[in-house]
Amino acid sequence: MSKISTAVPVAGRGRGLPLLPRLEAFLIPLMALIAGGVLFSLFLLVQGKSPVEFFSLVWRAGFSTAFSWPNTLSRVSPLLFAGLCVAIPARLGLMVIGGEGAIVLGGLAAAVSGAALGGVPAPLGFAVMVIAAMALGGLWLGIVGALRVRRGVNETIASLLMAYIATALFNHFVESVFRDPASLNKPSTRPLPESLRVGDMPVLQAHWGVAVGVLACLLAWLLIERTTLGFAARVTGDNPRAAQVQGFPVAGLVIGFTALAGALAGLGGFFEVAAVHGTANASLISGVGYTGILVAFLARHNPLAIIPVAVLLAGIEASSGLVQRRMDLPDATILVLQGCVFIIVLLSETIQGRLPAALRSLTRRMSNG
Amino acid sequence: MADPVDLGLWAVPLAILGGAIRVSTPFLFVSLGECLTERSGRINLGLEGTLILGAVSGYAMSYHSGSALVGVLCAALVGGIFGMLHGWLCSFKGVNDIAIGISMMILGMGLAFYFGKAYIQPTAPRLPAIPFGGWSDIPQLRAALQVNVLFLLGGALAVFLAWMLKNTRVGLTIRVVGDSTDAARALAIRPNRVRLWATSAGGALAGIGGAYLSLYYPGSWNEGISSGQGLMAVALVIFARWNPINCFWAALLFGGAGALGPALQSVGITEGYYLFYAAPYVLTLGILIATSSTERAVTGAPGELSITK
Repeated sequence: MSKISTAVPVAGRGRGLPLLPRLEAFLIPLMALIAGGVLFSLFLLVQGKSPVEFFSLVWRAGFSTAFSWPNTLSRVSPLLFAGLCVAIPARLGLMVIGGEGAIVLGGLAAAVSGAALGGVPAPLGFAVMVIAAMALGGLWLGIVGALRVRRGVNETIASLLMAYIATALFNHFVESVFRDPASLNKPSTRPLPESLRVGDMPVLQAHWGVAVGVLACLLAWLLIERTTLGFAARVTGDNPRAAQVQGFPVAGLVIGFTALAGALAGLGGFFEVAAVHGTANASLISGVGYTGILVAFLARHNPLAIIPVAVLLAGIEASSGLVQRRMDLPDATILVLQGCVFIIVLLSETIQGRLPAALRSLTRRMSNG
Repeated sequence: MADPVDLGLWAVPLAILGGAIRVSTPFLFVSLGECLTERSGRINLGLEGTLILGAVSGYAMSYHSGSALVGVLCAALVGGIFGMLHGWLCSFKGVNDIAIGISMMILGMGLAFYFGKAYIQPTAPRLPAIPFGGWSDIPQLRAALQVNVLFLLGGALAVFLAWMLKNTRVGLTIRVVGDSTDAARALAIRPNRVRLWATSAGGALAGIGGAYLSLYYPGSWNEGISSGQGLMAVALVIFARWNPINCFWAALLFGGAGALGPALQSVGITEGYYLFYAAPYVLTLGILIATSSTERAVTGAPGELSITK
């Protein structure tokens, strides 16, 4: 295969103290997050709005009370899966941005198979739905990986095109073959039977997709950081040629990782259908697949870091309503905040591995007055 | 206005022609902008945000100034500034241009929706169209041949850009930077500066494409105004093999495919609407598969382009 050119930063390239790379991998995104918040605060100040009020409202509506957590947690699940869908191939040096396609097709597969399985016992029904969703999502992005390996087709563009084709297919099927005749205004598939709906977890008041998503993050972290396969993948991401020389199964890794990413996105789609919407319709095309890119980059493609990042973004999203009412700000304000943070986080990659030098020169300048 | 003449099945190609001309203009501008940027060796995935920002700023300016032309110019200016920001951010070492594109898309949409809330209600002066169908008695044909000035301008721009890239010093500079950063440096050209201007010019063109959306067709501002034309500019440029003239035909084809669904609906065929809509993307993927190779870069692609190496 050709060299993967997408430069995806990998933690641990710093020089100097042995602990510094790890510290850097944590400090730089944190600093970037704060800098992005400062940039956004400036935007608010120019508009004559108070950043203090904004962030305290976000804190109150998204995180601080028992009432805010269910709202936040219910938004975490799709972000976890969408983030993993970007982060897992990124560790191989692949930039897959079409997770949205696997999410909607996975949701469709779950909705259609679930509606067809009216009478079967719930465990069997769930198993079929999950397998259908993961298989279709995995196939969809696995094709992208296979095209990369076999034909050298760029995975970024291929996945984007596949996402467009997926949404078109989704719309086509929802409005024709699988349409529920009873859904008049909003074409939808037949609703899932009550027995095949995913319920809430005890105490937390959020559906099981959150727990499964967190588990998926843990397993993905183990796979990448603690297995030989993951080691081979990380080497491939750093230097594909070296991986090939070493005899690592690069082609298999590419197809496997893209398929895994697609399968997880499909699982995310399953939870959106089985726990939230109860049917597949246009609400499933929410753009969360693209927000997943932000999640993955903020987490620096570390599956464990995806969990706090997803919670943070979900809390900000959950506070949108209160911010809108109290501060008379449009809901797009959250998008502006996301854009500011995303840009600064990407920009911070440029000081990656150079933080010690940057700090030294800063202290020197300060001591010189 | 005469009564519509019953054209039978002829109504379909006519509606596609009219639709293609109407729908293709934003595709044309966005793809020409992306083409120019990619020829300098950089990809801008954020043109969707630029397009929407152009749409709202064009609409707002047209409303305040009372002139649609001022609106278009303002959209170009805003798009150019946004493109320049993209180019500047990408000039830092180790910054991923694809991810920057996505982040700029989010920021552009956020800013557009933020400032656009106030302009959903008011009506702004729209761009005029030239009636080329005046000679005909058939109202459908007249409607199809209502061509907007920007479409003609886009066509001329495609020819100009092709000529410029091939025959001028500026064009040569862009091509050198796009094909080899090292060769450009050896010639004392600053690659980052050339890419900055190429991205900025590309952004300005995408801004004009956005102004067309809000000021002509569909001709109003709302948050759902773009159906992803900006995001698909990248596919269009691949489809056009990085050639501005081909961008023109590719835009017509993408526009025509979008118009096929409504056209068929008008004669009673309502099935498969979305499949026609997806046809250009399937076609682009097919072309990408056919022309990619594991041995070399995609034929016709600039050597420094990160997506085809």
